[in-house]
Amino acid sequence: MIALWLVLLVPLTGVVVLALIGQQRYAGWLNIGFTGAALAAALALAYGVLEHGPLLSSGKMLHIDAFNVYLVVLTAFVGFTTAIFSRPYMLHEVERRQLSARRMRLYHAMYQGFMFTMYAALTTNNIGILWVAMEGATLATVLLVSLYRTPEAVEAAWKYFILCGVGIAQALFGTILVYFAAARVISSTDEALLWDVLYDSAARLEPTVLTIAFVFLLVGYGTKVGLVPLHNWLPDAHSEGPTPMSAILSGLLLNVALYALVRMKMLVDGSLDSDLAGHLMMAFGFLSFTVAGLFLHRSRDIKRMFSYSSIEHMGLMTFAFGMGGALATFAALLHMTVHSLTKSAIFVTVGHAAQIAGTQSIERIRGLIRTQPVVGWGLLIGTIAIAGFPPFGVFTSEFLVLTATMKAWPWLTVPLLVGLVIAFAGLFRHLQPMVYGEPPAGQVAVRANMLPVMVHLLLVLWLGLAIPVFLSSWFSEATILIAGSAPQ
Amino acid sequence: MGLAQLDLFDQAMLLFAALVLFTSFVMLAQVRIVPLIHAFAWQGALLAVATALVAFVSKHPHLYLSAGLGFGLKALLIPWILHRLAVRLRIHHESESIKHPVLVLLGGAGLVVFSYYVTLPIVQLSELTTRNTIAVSQAVVLLGMLLMISRNKAVAQVIGFMSIENGLFFAAVVATYGMPMVVELGIAFDVLVAVVLFGVFFFQMRESIDSLDVNRLNRLREVDEALSEAEPRQ
Amino acid sequence: MIGWAMAAVQCLLFVATAPLFAGWIKRVKCRAQNRAAPSLFQPYRDLTKLLRKGVVLAYDASWIFRATPYVVFTTTVLAAAVVPLIALRLPTSAIADVIVLVGFLGLGRFFLALAGMDIGTAFGGMGSSREMMIGALAEPVLLMTVFTLAMSASTTNLSEAVSFTLHGGLVIRPSFLFALVGLMMVAVAETGRIPIDNPATHLELTMVHEAMILEYSGRYLALLEWASMIKLMVYFVLIANIFAPWGIASTTTPTTLALGVLAIALKLMLLGIVLVLWETVMAKMRLFRVPQYLGFAFLLSLLGMLTHVILESGGH
Repeated sequence: MIALWLVLLVPLTGVVVLALIGQQRYAGWLNIGFTGAALAAALALAYGVLEHGPLLSSGKMLHIDAFNVYLVVLTAFVGFTTAIFSRPYMLHEVERRQLSARRMRLYHAMYQGFMFTMYAALTTNNIGILWVAMEGATLATVLLVSLYRTPEAVEAAWKYFILCGVGIAQALFGTILVYFAAARVISSTDEALLWDVLYDSAARLEPTVLTIAFVFLLVGYGTKVGLVPLHNWLPDAHSEGPTPMSAILSGLLLNVALYALVRMKMLVDGSLDSDLAGHLMMAFGFLSFTVAGLFLHRSRDIKRMFSYSSIEHMGLMTFAFGMGGALATFAALLHMTVHSLTKSAIFVTVGHAAQIAGTQSIERIRGLIRTQPVVGWGLLIGTIAIAGFPPFGVFTSEFLVLTATMKAWPWLTVPLLVGLVIAFAGLFRHLQPMVYGEPPAGQVAVRANMLPVMVHLLLVLWLGLAIPVFLSSWFSEATILIAGSAPQ
Repeated sequence: MGLAQLDLFDQAMLLFAALVLFTSFVMLAQVRIVPLIHAFAWQGALLAVATALVAFVSKHPHLYLSAGLGFGLKALLIPWILHRLAVRLRIHHESESIKHPVLVLLGGAGLVVFSYYVTLPIVQLSELTTRNTIAVSQAVVLLGMLLMISRNKAVAQVIGFMSIENGLFFAAVVATYGMPMVVELGIAFDVLVAVVLFGVFFFQMRESIDSLDVNRLNRLREVDEALSEAEPRQ
Repeated sequence: MIGWAMAAVQCLLFVATAPLFAGWIKRVKCRAQNRAAPSLFQPYRDLTKLLRKGVVLAYDASWIFRATPYVVFTTTVLAAAVVPLIALRLPTSAIADVIVLVGFLGLGRFFLALAGMDIGTAFGGMGSSREMMIGALAEPVLLMTVFTLAMSASTTNLSEAVSFTLHGGLVIRPSFLFALVGLMMVAVAETGRIPIDNPATHLELTMVHEAMILEYSGRYLALLEWASMIKLMVYFVLIANIFAPWGIASTTTPTTLALGVLAIALKLMLLGIVLVLWETVMAKMRLFRVPQYLGFAFLLSLLGMLTHVILESGGH
């Protein structure tokens, strides 16, 4: 219980402290310290949940079960490793882009602010607070996207703000409708937004209202997940913000938005007899998967390319969650994990690559492996991992998704496979010259901290070779929670 | 239950709901910045009155708090901030041209019909006397979106955004007699922070593209090769 | 029989007092603008003067030109006969349908526009085309507002609609508010008042109504002027009695009738003041802004209808 509160309090303290002294040179270390402390608290929390089962805080404010506790740990872990990467990277950026001390203070404070909103969204028991936290995540990151104040950065941030703001407003309408349905069957109106209460009485909620509500929720949180056609903000925000921001946006924010969506689907499934919610998610997921795969070929900016890859993978997860069933859900949970780890590792590498080449344009990044082998190899292995090659974890989860599709929707297997191949081709046609091409004269190595990348990739490799027992039992528990039955 | 059977206060509430809807249309039609901000303030004020009436009719005292909060935030503070920003950015005399003003308004009327049909199943389930206004709140949300789509000026878009929030607030009030206080405070906080951030953005935009015209924000796209060649990053 | 007599008296009263109403508006307007005001009865004097004068006809004038003043006057008087002025449930109320009313006014407008073009002068044709443009935009608004009322009262019969609001007690209807504002905007446009047209001037570039009747003189002109005064009154009586029917007589006893006369007189005086205020604060619009003005009026009437459907018809 203490660990649960600590998870929230540590980043909150971090906001205050870093808002005061975030401009100092050692603020990067402080940032690492706060995320590290949060990670320790998250691990303690996870251990507690593993030992004693789900937690409900007094006053029913916070709620932890198998589904969100692993996301809390994942969030804390990626936040921690990205903070490690961010320290030297941002110091380099300060020199290169003449960032003022005030902006560095903003950056550090908002990094912690973003982590806080993520934890709040994950741990809260109130779906209204969940919405507030998701909106808060936009607010915390929007000024970071425009940190460099170039016209492109301001444009990206504006799009991000407006699109996500409007999108998430739809989710609030959906939440109000859920509350409306709940208030009819739950006597205490103060409890009618609490997740555990709602989940227990899901079967009594009015199906027509929940159907309409889910459409709004899907549009709202789907915008944040980056589902096509509401994805426009995502490549912009990823490519123009500082790279650590891209890493945590892709690795964390999208996950948490999907988490919110899946929670809502669990409610709707409990109320409706049909699989309407699942089918909607499948359709949007599949559309995102295909469209993003095609856009991979057209990208000219390395960060945009990998953000399209994020959309593609989020689409695949949404598809798998939508398909439902134990196997698909298990696969989606696994994919969430491996994608977060791999994608944040890739963004870290890409950040270094862009610093080496002095540009984000794919055409000007050449010969990384000769200038700085560790970055070149990192990019190569990361891309291989994200493209779904064995023996990495992404392969395992994608394979599971395909197997589940084969069982439930056999005719969808072929387009899925084609989509994977298209995405694979899109990544590698750009990757090959970047890694192996002739480096331009005068290209020199930068100070890079590749430790987070290696740790992430090793973890992904591990997950591909063998899923540790505690993790698989964890996923199974979450699967039972979401899908109602355990995977075989 | 026909209108005539309702209490006079219920009828007044419906009247204010209709006026809120009307202000949405006024905003759609208003091209000058300062009157637009005023129309937004009026919407906030009418919304607060409607909320207070709901509080009175339904005997939910906590809604008075929401009404007060809404009045302070949406009718006074946010319009004041926007007005000050407009003056400081020297855009308070500007107006913009809408391409097809009549079409936009008729489209707005279409959205009202649409929201009526969308919310019909919900309205039929409800027993509250305020249930008929759910469609109005949904319409205010959609009209806010239409406002954002039909305008190019950043300030107008922000007002559209805030008007969407107004609609959501109203939806919560009339559909469920308000959300729990924690959530409502959280939303109010988010809205306030959003306004401040929008203010920051106006200045950033001004600084970087020397205009508050959102149409000028068109650099980021996949295919425009000539542009990315001509203006390399950094 | 007494009913028919009552109806005839009411119609005569309507036609006879229309110039008085016009005089009242003129007087209030002069007062509001700090000018010396003419007598209340000045319009009567103008009309009698014109009626006594001979007619000068253009060489090219056809029968249309000559028939038009009579047609316009008759249709307007018939329209006036349809509108309940001081009493309800008269025998004429069987045909007191709003669609009939709009039809009468439309017929009059049609002939006026034809007559404007008949002579072949530039001003006449210009006035006709402008009048038809305004009419084409205003008529849907008029119908929409009227239908909004009709939906509340479940009838298009004016007399029954009025008695519906009269006996419904005090009910706040959002749709009526929108319909009221919409109808007032249309009334201003249809009767050629500021900001759409200015009845007091003959400015070449802006005139609409005056341009059409520029070639008329003598008794023809008198009839047309009188008709337009009646039309003005028709609109205002309509507004007064639909939205605030209180005081109108439902029975034909002398006291209720006297009360009805008093009530409508008061209401018209008030509405006249409102019109003057409106005309004083508004500036004349350029002609191409008129569609926007009427578009807004249309939106109001549409909103009136929508709010009726959405807000007032609960309990499916």
